[in-house]
Parts: sequence; structure tokens; C-alpha cells
Amino acid sequence: MKSEYDVIVVGGGPAGSMAAKMAAESSVSVCILEKDRDIGYPVRCGEAVGEVGLRQFVEPRESWIAATITDFGLISPEGIRINTPFSGQHGYILHRRIFDYDLAKMAADAGAEIYTKAYVSGLVIEDGAVKGVEAEYLGEPRTIRAKLVIGADGVESRVGRWAGIRTQVRMKDMESCIQYSVGNVDVESHRIDFYVGSPYAPGGYLWVFPKGDRSANVGLGVNGQFAGEKSAKYYLDRFMAKYFPEAAILTTMCGGVPCSQPIKDPSTHGLILVGDAAHHVNPMTGGGIISGMKAGWIGGQVAAEAIHANDTSHHFLQRYSTRIQKDFGQTHNRFYRIQQAIIRLDDNDFNKIATKVQRVPTSARTLTKIFKACVASKPSLVLDVIKVFAGI
Amino acid sequence: MIHLKPNRCDFCGACVAVCPADCIILKEADFRIDQDICIDCSLCVIICPIEALFESTDEK
Repeated sequence: MKSEYDVIVVGGGPAGSMAAKMAAESSVSVCILEKDRDIGYPVRCGEAVGEVGLRQFVEPRESWIAATITDFGLISPEGIRINTPFSGQHGYILHRRIFDYDLAKMAADAGAEIYTKAYVSGLVIEDGAVKGVEAEYLGEPRTIRAKLVIGADGVESRVGRWAGIRTQVRMKDMESCIQYSVGNVDVESHRIDFYVGSPYAPGGYLWVFPKGDRSANVGLGVNGQFAGEKSAKYYLDRFMAKYFPEAAILTTMCGGVPCSQPIKDPSTHGLILVGDAAHHVNPMTGGGIISGMKAGWIGGQVAAEAIHANDTSHHFLQRYSTRIQKDFGQTHNRFYRIQQAIIRLDDNDFNKIATKVQRVPTSARTLTKIFKACVASKPSLVLDVIKVFAGI
Repeated sequence: MIHLKPNRCDFCGACVAVCPADCIILKEADFRIDQDICIDCSLCVIICPIEALFESTDEK
């Protein structure tokens, strides 16, 4: 490890690795600091991703894919099931552990250095600008200087806070999530299921994502507003006892998902934030892999431009925020408004919509037809709900 | 005061994200609350997915 780099990336998830790869490809010296022992582990994710989204950045590899998804199911609070094929594209349930690892290797192939067990405990700030990080590498304190720091340190990001960016997630925008990776379950191998309504996950949803070979990710998110009475774990244990009593729980993982608008300007002098750290998560679905990778992609490019221009001022780095806004920021803002509407739906609304949609024959269940069929039941909100379930 | 139940934390960071005082220090497998700056708001207790945190009434 050197004592100075052009760019330090804090965090070795998909956003951090993409940022490091993009910057390193532009002949910039880059170092990734990952606090955990392994890249890609522990996994904190449902691992679902759209094929089209993924192909923007990488050619999907067989070793990453646990299951290919062609259909989705929606289950109402009363248990009414609506199965629908995804039209036009399919999705994947990934092995994030392998996926993240390979993304980091791509960054390394581009020239980035990677260090694990490298915990960043503070920033070097001089004259109001970030000039590097204070780190503990294998337990030893180190100061590592950089012209630019990229905070890819996840939902628990403190890098942004230390630089004066408000990253705290409001309780109403936070999903408290838990997931069991389970074996010995009978699940449809090409369909993902979403259970909606307060019996399953108040203010969020419960998911069942197949991972092949009678295994699945079963998890849920409870909105922070509703998490006070009963925890996410309470709801998941209740669901498992009812629906998968024979399941073997192979892994328990939990986490928080920021379902808010993206941070307006996740940049300051000498620093940008990418991925969960900048709330780059689709607020309707809680999915953050693609937007995190996109933010890393854009962030890495801007980092390289800044280094080559020898200008890492906030003014220069604001082009990062502008490009994010143009790319997915405005869309996420719109999704956020829709999500705010959906969260107001009660169990009765979900049941009414499901009953209506059920009357459309499965073979004819395109999104448009579903929409037409249930306009009568909840005209203002139906489209929003369908979008949520379709993961658009 | 907020406390951690022994051997329960998954180090996921949900608490860190909602903490208004930035008083939680989370490493690979190490969790600590800086009680000097904690404001006892209990948001961390509420958001924890696996009930690893609890609040006691004892004074600081």
C-alpha cells in the first residue's frame, strides 16, 4: 500500500468496484479500501437484478447466476395470487458473493489496488477539502493521501458525514430488512414472488427469490415508521413458520435499505459518494445493484476527468451530481413520489386490486391489460402498484 | 442508555444510517456506541431488523 493515490475508493461493493475500474482505465492511480475480510461477503442483498440493466456494464457470467427469472407473482394480504410473465426482458438472481468478487477483479485488472480489512476511521481534511483518509489496515493506523476520495461505503456511510454531506436516512425512508437463505423449499424456479400488505411486511414487501436446487432467498423489509412495534425478524419468522416450516435456514442476513430520493448533491471538495452511500437505490423496489453500478460508472469517469484536469473542487465535481440527476436521479425522484402513494394503500386496497386483476387470464396478463382491468378498483394508484411489482 | 445484546449483532449498519448523532462505530465485527455523544433517541433500537439493541433506563 502506498501513502498516496490519485483516488481512494472506500468500499468494495459493486458501486466501489465500478468506480475504481472506470477511474483506473483512465490511467489514474486507484486504491480500494474494504473494511471486511472478503470482497463480496457478507452478502446483504436479495440478489435480484434485471438482465438489461446489468448488460449496460458487463456481460453476465454463468457463474454469477443462481436462477433466471421469467415471471413474477404478486400475493395480496388475503392470499390472492397473481402470476404474470415479465414482458420483453428477464431477470437474474445472482450469487452476489461471486459477482462482487469478479467486479473487484475487473477493477484490479484495470490497475486498481485492493486492500481488505482496511477500515476507514476518518478523513484527512485540509483547507475545507478532503485530501485522503485515516485508516486502520490490519489493525495498524495509516494516513493515506488522495486527490479525490470516493465514498462507496454503503448505507452505513460515515465518509459523507465526515465531509459535511447529510447522509442520515429518515426513518420514514428506511426499510429494516432481514433475509434467510433457505434450503429444502419447494419454489417455482423461474418466478419471483412478492407478498404485499401489513400481514407480511408493513410499509414494505416480502420476497421469495429462487436460487435453484430447492433453495431461495426469503426476506422482507419493514418501513421504519412501522418497525417500532414488531421487528423485521418477527415478521419473517412468522412467515417461515406458516409457509416454509420445513425450510433449513442456511444464512441469516439483515440490513437497512434507504428508499429515499437520491442525495441531491453527493459531492464536496475532494469527495463524491456513490451507491447506497448516496441513497442510489430505486425507492420503489429497494433494488440498488444497477443504480449503484451506474453511479460508480459515472463517478469513476468524473474522478478521472477531475484528476486529469487537476481540479477536484466541489465546483468541478458537481458535474457528477448533474450526470446522476440526468441518468437515474430524476426517475428515482418520480419513483419516490409513487412509493409515497403506495405506502398509503391499505390491505383492503391491495385485496381489491388483486381480485380485479385475477379475472384477467394468465396468458393475457400483460402490464397494459392488468392496468386496464383494475383501473376501476383504484384508479389513481393502480399503475404505481403494477410498476412496483414489475420492478420497473 | 442504548445497549447491545451479546452475540446478536450482524454488523449490518442499519442503525448507523439512521443515527442522528453519528455515535455508532461499526467495523468488520465490532460494534460500539459512543455514549458521550449518544442522545438516547432509540432510532437504532427501532430500525434494528433482529432486535439486537435495547434501551435501559439507567443514567449515563
